[in-house]
Amino acid sequence: MVNIVIKDDELTANLIGEIDHHTSVSIREVIDKQIQTAMPKMTILDFSKVTFMDSSGIGLVMGRYKLMQSIDGSLKVTGMSNHIKRVMMLAGLSKLVIIE
Amino acid sequence: MKVLNEMNLNFLSKSTNESYARSAVSSFFIQLDPTIDELSDIKTAVSEAVTNCIVHGYRNTMGKVFITARILEGNEVYIKIRDKGCGIADVNQAMEPMFTTAKEEERAGLGFAVMQTFMDKLKVTSKVGVGTTIIMTKKLSPRIKNA
Repeated sequence: MVNIVIKDDELTANLIGEIDHHTSVSIREVIDKQIQTAMPKMTILDFSKVTFMDSSGIGLVMGRYKLMQSIDGSLKVTGMSNHIKRVMMLAGLSKLVIIE
Repeated sequence: MKVLNEMNLNFLSKSTNESYARSAVSSFFIQLDPTIDELSDIKTAVSEAVTNCIVHGYRNTMGKVFITARILEGNEVYIKIRDKGCGIADVNQAMEPMFTTAKEEERAGLGFAVMQTFMDKLKVTSKVGVGTTIIMTKKLSPRIKNA
């Protein structure tokens, strides 16, 4: 599940619950639709309410990174638990996106 | 290695079952009193393996995913996940980090890398047209049992 908050040039996607191959499909559809409408300068993916994530989360971050790049914006990732960080680090995502 | 306990599970290759599969397998291992990190590792590895069966093994078709979970002597978990899907022509290539045949679905190609990182051992056997079997094991940290 995902809740979107848009303020000025910033779009925050609050991710909630489990992120896997099944759930990531609808999550990315919602986020992409909102990004394409709002055209923010910065998108923030907040993982603080994510209870489980497998490598589908990496695809979710990489895909949004590419989308933000295509509109000259940037992507920030926040609120990752240690476990989620371990999964993300496998992909070397810290080189691409801002991690807080 | 002596098997102390075992459970078997089979289900249709629907993506809604990914959550059920990793929860069922990790619940079975609760009896070993694993740490939260160990349980997260097992859950994540199972999720990757089951997703592979669904996304790749049974691509555009429906089949059954078979799981055997065992508790081995010495606080070791054993998980076998099998599909009777299309199989993998080149297992070594499939196991390369970032290699994926499902880019349009935003698959990062890191499923096997996650399994290798979060478990101790991973063995993949596959035959084109027959299916794929993966076996993963992980030794859990010794627990102090309360008398």
